[in-house]
Amino acid sequence: MKTEFIALTAPDLMLASLLVLALIGLGARLRLGVSRTLTIAAIRTTVQLLLVGLILEAVFTQAKLPWIMLIVLVMMTVAAWEILARQKRKLKGWWGFGVSAFSLFISSFFITLLALFIVIKADPWYTPQYAIPLLGMLLGNTMNGIALGMDRLVQTAWQQRAVIEQRLMLGQKDTEAIRDIARDSMRAGMIPIINAMAAAGVVSLPGMMTGQILAGSPPVEAVKYQILIMFLVTSGTGFAVITVLQLITRRMFDSRERLRFDRLLREPR
Amino acid sequence: MLRLEDLKIPDVEPVNLTITPGECIGLSGESGSGKTRLLRAIADMDEHGGQVYEEDIAQGLVKAHEWRRRVMLLPAESQWWFDSVDQHFSARAEHIEALGFEQDVMGWNISRCSSGEKQRLSILRMMANCPRVLLLDEPTANLDASNVARVEDMIRNYLSKHHAIAIWVGHDAAQLQRVSQRQYHLGEGRLMKVGEA
Repeated sequence: MKTEFIALTAPDLMLASLLVLALIGLGARLRLGVSRTLTIAAIRTTVQLLLVGLILEAVFTQAKLPWIMLIVLVMMTVAAWEILARQKRKLKGWWGFGVSAFSLFISSFFITLLALFIVIKADPWYTPQYAIPLLGMLLGNTMNGIALGMDRLVQTAWQQRAVIEQRLMLGQKDTEAIRDIARDSMRAGMIPIINAMAAAGVVSLPGMMTGQILAGSPPVEAVKYQILIMFLVTSGTGFAVITVLQLITRRMFDSRERLRFDRLLREPR
Repeated sequence: MLRLEDLKIPDVEPVNLTITPGECIGLSGESGSGKTRLLRAIADMDEHGGQVYEEDIAQGLVKAHEWRRRVMLLPAESQWWFDSVDQHFSARAEHIEALGFEQDVMGWNISRCSSGEKQRLSILRMMANCPRVLLLDEPTANLDASNVARVEDMIRNYLSKHHAIAIWVGHDAAQLQRVSQRQYHLGEGRLMKVGEA
Protein backbone atom coordinates (compact mmCIF):
# COMPACT_ATOMS: atom_id res chain seq x y z
CA MET A 1 0.00 0.00 0.00
CA LYS A 2 2.89 2.34 0.69
CA THR A 3 3.70 3.03 -2.93
CA GLU A 4 3.40 6.80 -2.78
CA PHE A 5 4.76 7.28 0.72
CA ILE A 6 7.02 10.35 0.99
CA ALA A 7 9.25 10.30 4.08
CA LEU A 8 9.78 13.60 5.87
CA THR A 9 13.28 14.82 6.53
CA ALA A 10 14.62 16.93 9.39
CA PRO A 11 14.78 20.07 7.19
CA ASP A 12 11.10 19.56 6.33
CA LEU A 13 10.17 19.68 10.01
CA MET A 14 12.45 22.65 10.61
CA LEU A 15 10.65 24.51 7.87
CA ALA A 16 7.35 23.88 9.64
CA SER A 17 8.87 24.88 12.96
CA LEU A 18 9.79 28.24 11.44
CA LEU A 19 6.06 28.95 11.22
CA VAL A 20 5.64 28.29 14.93
CA LEU A 21 8.70 30.42 15.67
CA ALA A 22 7.20 33.24 13.63
CA LEU A 23 3.97 32.92 15.60
CA ILE A 24 5.90 33.00 18.88
CA GLY A 25 7.74 36.12 17.71
CA LEU A 26 4.56 37.89 16.67
CA GLY A 27 2.83 36.93 19.92
CA ALA A 28 5.71 38.37 21.94
CA ARG A 29 5.75 41.59 19.91
CA LEU A 30 2.02 42.13 20.42
CA ARG A 31 2.35 41.13 24.10
CA LEU A 32 -0.42 38.55 23.78
CA GLY A 33 1.09 36.40 26.50
CA VAL A 34 1.04 33.13 24.58
CA SER A 35 4.68 32.90 23.53
CA ARG A 36 5.95 31.17 26.66
CA THR A 37 3.29 28.49 26.82
CA LEU A 38 3.50 28.04 23.07
CA THR A 39 7.27 27.49 23.23
CA ILE A 40 6.95 24.95 26.01
CA ALA A 41 4.11 23.12 24.27
CA ALA A 42 6.01 23.00 20.98
CA ILE A 43 9.09 21.57 22.67
CA ARG A 44 6.96 19.09 24.63
CA THR A 45 5.18 17.79 21.59
CA THR A 46 8.46 17.34 19.70
CA VAL A 47 10.21 15.51 22.53
CA GLN A 48 7.22 13.39 23.58
CA LEU A 49 6.36 12.31 20.08
CA LEU A 50 9.97 11.53 19.16
CA LEU A 51 10.28 9.44 22.30
CA VAL A 52 7.05 7.61 21.59
CA GLY A 53 8.19 7.06 18.02
CA LEU A 54 11.39 5.47 19.23
CA ILE A 55 9.58 3.30 21.78
CA LEU A 56 6.99 2.19 19.25
CA GLU A 57 9.68 1.37 16.71
CA ALA A 58 11.46 -0.78 19.29
CA VAL A 59 8.23 -2.47 20.30
CA PHE A 60 7.14 -3.01 16.71
CA THR A 61 10.34 -4.80 15.79
CA GLN A 62 10.30 -6.87 18.98
CA ALA A 63 6.53 -7.54 19.14
CA LYS A 64 6.85 -9.17 22.57
CA LEU A 65 3.62 -9.47 24.54
CA PRO A 66 5.00 -8.41 27.95
CA TRP A 67 6.31 -5.14 26.53
CA ILE A 68 3.03 -4.41 24.84
CA MET A 69 1.15 -5.15 28.07
CA LEU A 70 3.44 -2.74 29.89
CA ILE A 71 2.70 0.02 27.41
CA VAL A 72 -1.01 -0.73 27.66
CA LEU A 73 -0.80 -0.50 31.45
CA VAL A 74 0.97 2.84 31.33
CA MET A 75 -1.54 4.23 28.83
CA MET A 76 -4.51 3.15 30.92
CA THR A 77 -3.07 4.47 34.16
CA VAL A 78 -2.33 7.85 32.65
CA ALA A 79 -5.83 7.98 31.14
CA ALA A 80 -7.48 7.13 34.46
CA TRP A 81 -5.40 9.73 36.23
CA GLU A 82 -6.22 12.31 33.59
CA ILE A 83 -9.96 11.72 34.09
CA LEU A 84 -9.65 12.45 37.80
CA ALA A 85 -7.50 15.52 37.19
CA ARG A 86 -10.28 17.02 35.07
CA GLN A 87 -12.98 16.76 37.76
CA LYS A 88 -14.08 19.99 39.39
CA ARG A 89 -15.30 18.14 42.47
CA LYS A 90 -12.66 15.69 43.54
CA LEU A 91 -13.75 12.13 44.12
CA LYS A 92 -12.35 10.16 47.00
CA GLY A 93 -8.83 9.00 46.10
CA TRP A 94 -8.59 5.31 45.30
CA TRP A 95 -12.28 4.90 44.72
CA GLY A 96 -12.31 7.60 42.05
CA PHE A 97 -9.26 6.13 40.39
CA GLY A 98 -10.79 2.66 40.53
CA VAL A 99 -14.00 3.82 38.87
CA SER A 100 -12.14 5.56 36.04
CA ALA A 101 -9.73 2.69 35.50
CA PHE A 102 -12.47 0.07 35.63
CA SER A 103 -14.66 1.86 33.10
CA LEU A 104 -11.70 2.42 30.78
CA PHE A 105 -10.77 -1.21 31.15
CA ILE A 106 -14.13 -2.72 30.38
CA SER A 107 -14.70 -0.43 27.42
CA SER A 108 -11.44 0.46 25.67
CA PHE A 109 -9.54 -2.66 26.56
CA PHE A 110 -12.22 -5.19 25.69
CA ILE A 111 -13.32 -3.43 22.56
CA THR A 112 -9.72 -3.28 21.35
CA LEU A 113 -9.40 -7.01 22.02
CA LEU A 114 -12.64 -7.64 20.18
CA ALA A 115 -11.45 -5.64 17.18
CA LEU A 116 -8.08 -7.37 17.15
CA PHE A 117 -9.49 -10.89 17.35
CA ILE A 118 -12.64 -10.67 15.31
CA VAL A 119 -12.28 -7.79 12.87
CA ILE A 120 -8.61 -7.27 12.09
CA LYS A 121 -7.40 -10.82 12.78
CA ALA A 122 -3.73 -9.86 12.77
CA ASP A 123 -1.19 -12.58 13.43
CA PRO A 124 -0.24 -12.66 16.24
CA TRP A 125 -3.34 -10.91 17.63
CA TYR A 126 -1.23 -8.44 19.60
CA THR A 127 0.72 -7.22 16.56
CA PRO A 128 1.66 -3.83 18.05
CA GLN A 129 1.25 -1.97 14.80
CA TYR A 130 -2.52 -2.58 15.13
CA ALA A 131 -3.00 -3.04 18.85
CA ILE A 132 -1.37 0.10 20.17
CA PRO A 133 -2.80 2.76 17.83
CA LEU A 134 -6.23 1.15 18.16
CA LEU A 135 -6.11 1.16 21.93
CA GLY A 136 -4.72 4.68 21.92
CA MET A 137 -7.57 6.00 19.86
CA LEU A 138 -10.15 4.23 21.99
CA LEU A 139 -8.57 5.36 25.23
CA GLY A 140 -8.29 8.97 24.12
CA ASN A 141 -11.97 9.16 23.23
CA THR A 142 -13.40 7.12 26.11
CA MET A 143 -11.26 9.15 28.47
CA ASN A 144 -12.88 12.33 27.19
CA GLY A 145 -16.36 10.86 27.43
CA ILE A 146 -15.85 9.56 30.95
CA ALA A 147 -14.30 12.80 32.15
CA LEU A 148 -17.15 14.90 30.73
CA GLY A 149 -19.96 12.61 31.89
CA MET A 150 -18.53 12.14 35.37
CA ASP A 151 -17.91 15.83 35.85
CA ARG A 152 -21.41 16.71 34.72
CA LEU A 153 -23.03 14.10 36.97
CA VAL A 154 -21.16 14.95 40.14
CA GLN A 155 -21.24 18.70 39.60
CA THR A 156 -24.96 18.86 38.75
CA ALA A 157 -25.97 16.48 41.52
CA TRP A 158 -24.02 18.58 44.00
CA GLN A 159 -25.64 21.80 42.83
CA GLN A 160 -29.09 20.21 42.81
CA ARG A 161 -28.78 18.20 45.98
CA ALA A 162 -31.79 19.96 47.49
CA VAL A 163 -33.87 18.94 44.47
CA ILE A 164 -32.68 15.34 44.67
CA GLU A 165 -33.55 15.18 48.36
CA GLN A 166 -36.95 16.75 47.71
CA ARG A 167 -37.66 14.05 45.15
CA LEU A 168 -36.60 11.39 47.63
CA MET A 169 -38.85 12.92 50.28
CA LEU A 170 -41.75 12.61 47.85
CA GLY A 171 -41.13 8.88 47.75
CA GLN A 172 -39.20 8.60 44.50
CA LYS A 173 -36.62 5.85 44.15
CA ASP A 174 -33.00 6.99 44.13
CA THR A 175 -32.66 6.02 40.47
CA GLU A 176 -35.73 8.12 39.70
CA ALA A 177 -34.51 11.11 41.68
CA ILE A 178 -31.22 11.22 39.75
CA ARG A 179 -32.64 10.21 36.36
CA ASP A 180 -32.77 13.64 34.72
CA ILE A 181 -29.24 14.44 35.83
CA ALA A 182 -27.95 11.06 34.68
CA ARG A 183 -29.58 11.50 31.30
CA ASP A 184 -27.99 14.92 30.97
CA SER A 185 -24.58 13.53 31.93
CA MET A 186 -24.87 10.73 29.39
CA ARG A 187 -25.52 13.31 26.71
CA ALA A 188 -22.58 15.43 27.90
CA GLY A 189 -20.26 12.43 27.66
CA MET A 190 -21.48 11.33 24.22
CA ILE A 191 -21.82 14.66 22.43
CA PRO A 192 -18.20 14.98 21.23
CA ILE A 193 -18.24 11.58 19.56
CA ILE A 194 -21.73 12.00 18.16
CA ASN A 195 -20.67 15.32 16.67
CA ALA A 196 -17.53 13.73 15.28
CA MET A 197 -19.58 11.01 13.57
CA ALA A 198 -22.09 13.46 12.18
CA ALA A 199 -19.45 15.83 10.82
CA ALA A 200 -17.02 13.17 9.62
CA GLY A 201 -16.09 13.56 6.00
CA VAL A 202 -18.29 16.59 5.46
CA VAL A 203 -16.95 19.18 7.85
CA SER A 204 -13.76 17.46 8.91
CA LEU A 205 -11.59 14.66 7.65
CA PRO A 206 -10.80 12.49 10.67
CA GLY A 207 -7.13 12.48 11.65
CA MET A 208 -6.49 8.81 11.27
CA MET A 209 -7.96 8.62 7.80
CA THR A 210 -6.01 11.73 6.77
CA GLY A 211 -2.85 10.13 8.09
CA GLN A 212 -3.40 6.95 6.15
CA ILE A 213 -4.09 8.84 2.96
CA LEU A 214 -0.97 10.95 3.45
CA ALA A 215 0.95 7.72 3.98
CA GLY A 216 -0.22 6.50 0.60
CA SER A 217 -3.25 4.30 1.37
CA PRO A 218 -6.08 4.33 -1.17
CA PRO A 219 -8.81 6.63 0.24
CA VAL A 220 -11.48 3.93 0.30
CA GLU A 221 -9.25 1.65 2.36
CA ALA A 222 -8.55 4.51 4.76
CA VAL A 223 -12.27 5.25 4.98
CA LYS A 224 -13.06 1.65 5.89
CA TYR A 225 -10.63 1.83 8.77
CA GLN A 226 -12.06 5.14 9.83
CA ILE A 227 -15.60 3.76 9.94
CA LEU A 228 -14.39 0.83 11.99
CA ILE A 229 -12.68 3.20 14.39
CA MET A 230 -15.74 5.44 14.65
CA PHE A 231 -17.95 2.52 15.60
CA LEU A 232 -15.46 1.16 18.09
CA VAL A 233 -14.88 4.55 19.65
CA THR A 234 -18.59 5.33 19.89
CA SER A 235 -19.53 2.06 21.52
CA GLY A 236 -16.47 2.21 23.76
CA THR A 237 -17.35 5.71 24.92
CA GLY A 238 -21.00 4.84 25.38
CA PHE A 239 -20.36 1.74 27.46
CA ALA A 240 -17.73 3.56 29.50
CA VAL A 241 -19.99 6.51 30.29
CA ILE A 242 -22.86 4.19 31.23
CA THR A 243 -20.57 2.21 33.52
CA VAL A 244 -19.26 5.33 35.19
CA LEU A 245 -22.74 6.79 35.70
CA GLN A 246 -23.97 3.52 37.20
CA LEU A 247 -21.03 3.21 39.57
CA ILE A 248 -21.20 6.80 40.72
CA THR A 249 -24.96 6.94 41.27
CA ARG A 250 -24.74 3.72 43.27
CA ARG A 251 -22.09 5.30 45.40
CA MET A 252 -24.03 8.54 45.72
CA PHE A 253 -26.95 6.81 47.45
CA ASP A 254 -26.75 4.31 50.29
CA SER A 255 -28.90 1.24 50.82
CA ARG A 256 -31.63 3.42 52.38
CA GLU A 257 -31.72 5.64 49.28
CA ARG A 258 -30.19 8.62 51.05
CA LEU A 259 -28.04 11.14 49.23
CA ARG A 260 -24.52 10.57 50.53
CA PHE A 261 -21.90 12.90 49.10
CA ASP A 262 -19.69 12.02 52.07
CA ARG A 263 -19.14 8.60 50.45
CA LEU A 264 -18.32 10.12 47.09
CA LEU A 265 -16.38 13.35 47.51
CA ARG A 266 -13.06 14.05 49.10
CA GLU A 267 -14.19 16.92 51.30
CA PRO A 268 -17.47 16.02 52.98
CA ARG A 269 -19.48 18.97 54.20
CA MET B 1 -49.61 4.84 65.14
CA LEU B 2 -46.08 6.27 64.92
CA ARG B 3 -43.55 5.16 67.52
CA LEU B 4 -40.05 6.58 67.99
CA GLU B 5 -37.86 4.25 70.03
CA ASP B 6 -34.54 5.63 71.27
CA LEU B 7 -34.25 7.61 68.07
CA LYS B 8 -30.77 9.07 68.06
CA ILE B 9 -29.65 12.16 66.20
CA PRO B 10 -26.43 14.08 66.92
CA ASP B 11 -26.40 16.24 70.08
CA VAL B 12 -29.86 15.15 71.21
CA GLU B 13 -30.72 12.59 73.87
CA PRO B 14 -32.49 9.50 72.48
CA VAL B 15 -36.07 10.39 71.66
CA ASN B 16 -39.01 8.21 72.69
CA LEU B 17 -42.45 9.21 71.51
CA THR B 18 -45.70 7.53 70.54
CA ILE B 19 -48.28 9.31 68.41
CA THR B 20 -51.76 7.86 67.96
CA PRO B 21 -53.82 7.95 64.74
CA GLY B 22 -55.47 11.30 64.09
CA GLU B 23 -53.10 13.07 66.42
CA CYS B 24 -50.89 16.06 65.68
CA ILE B 25 -47.78 16.85 67.71
CA GLY B 26 -46.49 20.42 67.88
CA LEU B 27 -42.73 20.78 67.98
CA SER B 28 -40.88 23.98 68.77
CA GLY B 29 -37.27 24.83 69.49
CA GLU B 30 -34.59 27.28 68.52
CA SER B 31 -32.97 26.97 65.12
CA GLY B 32 -30.15 24.50 65.31
CA SER B 33 -31.77 22.55 68.13
CA GLY B 34 -32.37 19.57 65.86
CA LYS B 35 -36.02 19.85 64.85
CA THR B 36 -35.30 19.43 61.16
CA ARG B 37 -32.80 16.65 61.83
CA LEU B 38 -35.39 14.84 63.91
CA LEU B 39 -37.90 15.00 61.06
CA ARG B 40 -35.23 13.88 58.58
CA ALA B 41 -34.40 10.89 60.77
CA ILE B 42 -38.07 9.90 60.98
CA ALA B 43 -38.28 10.11 57.17
CA ASP B 44 -35.01 8.14 57.00
CA MET B 45 -33.24 10.89 55.08
CA ASP B 46 -30.19 10.80 57.38
CA GLU B 47 -28.31 8.05 59.11
CA HIS B 48 -29.54 7.68 62.67
CA GLY B 49 -29.69 5.31 65.61
CA GLY B 50 -32.78 3.85 67.26
CA GLN B 51 -35.94 2.70 65.58
CA VAL B 52 -39.10 4.17 64.10
CA TYR B 53 -42.32 2.17 63.71
CA GLU B 54 -45.31 3.11 61.64
CA GLU B 55 -48.32 0.81 62.18
CA ASP B 56 -45.85 -1.54 63.93
CA ILE B 57 -43.73 -1.80 60.80
CA ALA B 58 -40.08 -1.01 61.47
CA GLN B 59 -38.50 1.61 59.25
CA GLY B 60 -35.64 -0.65 58.17
CA LEU B 61 -37.96 -3.42 57.01
CA VAL B 62 -39.62 -1.39 54.26
CA LYS B 63 -37.87 -0.07 51.20
CA ALA B 64 -36.77 3.50 51.85
CA HIS B 65 -38.87 5.06 49.09
CA GLU B 66 -41.95 3.16 50.23
CA TRP B 67 -41.36 4.35 53.77
CA ARG B 68 -41.08 7.95 52.61
CA ARG B 69 -44.28 7.63 50.63
CA ARG B 70 -46.07 6.77 53.89
CA VAL B 71 -44.02 9.00 56.18
CA MET B 72 -43.64 12.14 54.13
CA LEU B 73 -41.45 15.08 54.97
CA LEU B 74 -42.41 18.59 53.88
CA PRO B 75 -39.15 20.57 53.90
CA ALA B 76 -39.14 24.21 54.99
CA GLU B 77 -38.05 25.23 51.51
CA SER B 78 -39.75 23.37 48.69
CA GLN B 79 -37.88 22.46 45.52
CA TRP B 80 -39.22 22.44 41.98
CA TRP B 81 -37.35 21.02 39.03
CA PHE B 82 -39.76 21.00 36.07
CA ASP B 83 -41.34 23.99 34.35
CA SER B 84 -44.99 23.56 35.19
CA VAL B 85 -46.77 22.71 38.43
CA ASP B 86 -48.54 19.53 37.33
CA GLN B 87 -45.31 17.83 36.21
CA HIS B 88 -44.36 17.57 39.89
CA PHE B 89 -47.48 15.65 40.88
CA SER B 90 -47.43 11.87 40.96
CA ALA B 91 -51.19 11.68 41.47
CA ARG B 92 -54.26 13.86 41.02
CA ALA B 93 -54.18 16.81 43.36
CA GLU B 94 -57.02 17.13 45.85
CA HIS B 95 -57.73 20.01 48.21
CA ILE B 96 -56.89 22.54 45.48
CA GLU B 97 -59.74 24.85 46.48
CA ALA B 98 -59.19 24.23 50.17
CA LEU B 99 -55.79 25.86 49.84
CA GLY B 100 -57.21 28.85 47.98
CA PHE B 101 -56.28 27.91 44.41
CA GLU B 102 -58.40 27.48 41.28
CA GLN B 103 -58.22 24.29 39.21
CA ASP B 104 -56.06 26.02 36.58
CA VAL B 105 -53.19 26.23 39.07
CA MET B 106 -51.93 22.89 37.80
CA GLY B 107 -50.98 24.51 34.50
CA TRP B 108 -49.06 27.35 36.12
CA ASN B 109 -45.42 27.94 35.39
CA ILE B 110 -43.26 27.48 38.48
CA SER B 111 -41.18 30.54 37.72
CA ARG B 112 -44.15 32.86 38.16
CA CYS B 113 -45.12 31.46 41.58
CA SER B 114 -44.40 33.47 44.70
CA SER B 115 -42.72 31.82 47.69
CA GLY B 116 -46.07 31.64 49.47
CA GLU B 117 -47.73 29.99 46.47
CA LYS B 118 -44.89 27.51 46.21
CA GLN B 119 -45.30 26.65 49.86
CA ARG B 120 -49.02 25.96 49.47
CA LEU B 121 -48.37 24.04 46.25
CA SER B 122 -45.77 21.91 47.99
CA ILE B 123 -48.40 20.99 50.57
CA LEU B 124 -50.79 20.03 47.76
CA ARG B 125 -48.05 17.98 46.17
CA MET B 126 -47.41 16.13 49.40
CA MET B 127 -51.10 15.48 50.04
CA ALA B 128 -51.55 14.04 46.54
CA ASN B 129 -49.53 11.04 47.78
CA CYS B 130 -51.96 10.46 50.69
CA PRO B 131 -49.21 9.98 53.29
CA ARG B 132 -50.01 8.31 56.61
CA VAL B 133 -47.63 10.53 58.53
CA LEU B 134 -47.00 14.20 57.74
CA LEU B 135 -43.74 15.70 58.91
CA LEU B 136 -44.29 19.41 58.48
CA ASP B 137 -41.26 21.66 58.79
CA GLU B 138 -42.62 25.19 59.28
CA PRO B 139 -45.39 24.66 56.73
CA THR B 140 -46.85 28.17 57.00
CA ALA B 141 -43.69 30.26 57.38
CA ASN B 142 -44.22 32.20 54.12
CA LEU B 143 -48.02 32.56 54.29
CA ASP B 144 -50.37 35.42 55.09
CA ALA B 145 -53.00 35.03 57.83
CA SER B 146 -55.84 33.84 55.61
CA ASN B 147 -53.71 31.19 53.97
CA VAL B 148 -52.30 30.07 57.33
CA ALA B 149 -55.88 29.40 58.41
CA ARG B 150 -56.58 27.49 55.17
CA VAL B 151 -53.57 25.23 55.67
CA GLU B 152 -54.41 24.61 59.32
CA ASP B 153 -58.00 23.66 58.46
CA MET B 154 -57.01 21.45 55.59
CA ILE B 155 -54.42 19.51 57.61
CA ARG B 156 -56.79 19.16 60.55
CA ASN B 157 -59.53 17.77 58.29
CA TYR B 158 -57.11 15.40 56.60
CA LEU B 159 -55.84 13.99 59.89
CA SER B 160 -59.29 13.34 61.29
CA LYS B 161 -60.69 11.97 58.03
CA HIS B 162 -57.80 9.58 57.33
CA HIS B 163 -56.68 8.92 60.93
CA ALA B 164 -53.32 10.20 59.82
CA ILE B 165 -50.56 11.56 62.02
CA ALA B 166 -48.63 14.82 61.89
CA ILE B 167 -45.63 16.41 63.51
CA TRP B 168 -45.88 20.15 63.05
CA VAL B 169 -42.70 22.13 63.52
CA GLY B 170 -43.21 25.83 64.08
CA HIS B 171 -42.18 28.89 66.05
CA ASP B 172 -45.65 30.23 66.77
CA ALA B 173 -46.78 28.82 70.15
CA ALA B 174 -50.37 29.95 69.59
CA GLN B 175 -50.50 28.15 66.26
CA LEU B 176 -49.07 24.94 67.72
CA GLN B 177 -51.78 25.16 70.43
CA ARG B 178 -54.41 25.45 67.70
CA VAL B 179 -53.25 22.62 65.46
CA SER B 180 -51.82 20.05 67.86
CA GLN B 181 -53.03 18.02 70.80
CA ARG B 182 -49.63 17.85 72.50
CA GLN B 183 -46.70 20.23 72.26
CA TYR B 184 -43.05 19.40 72.68
CA HIS B 185 -39.98 21.56 72.90
CA LEU B 186 -36.54 20.60 71.66
CA GLY B 187 -33.78 22.41 73.51
CA GLU B 188 -30.55 21.81 75.39
CA GLY B 189 -30.28 18.46 73.68
CA ARG B 190 -33.59 17.12 75.01
CA LEU B 191 -37.15 16.69 73.85
CA MET B 192 -39.51 17.90 76.58
CA LYS B 193 -43.26 18.08 76.79
CA VAL B 194 -44.46 21.68 76.99
CA GLY B 195 -46.25 22.42 80.26
CA GLU B 196 -44.31 19.83 82.24
CA ALA B 197 -41.40 20.93 84.39
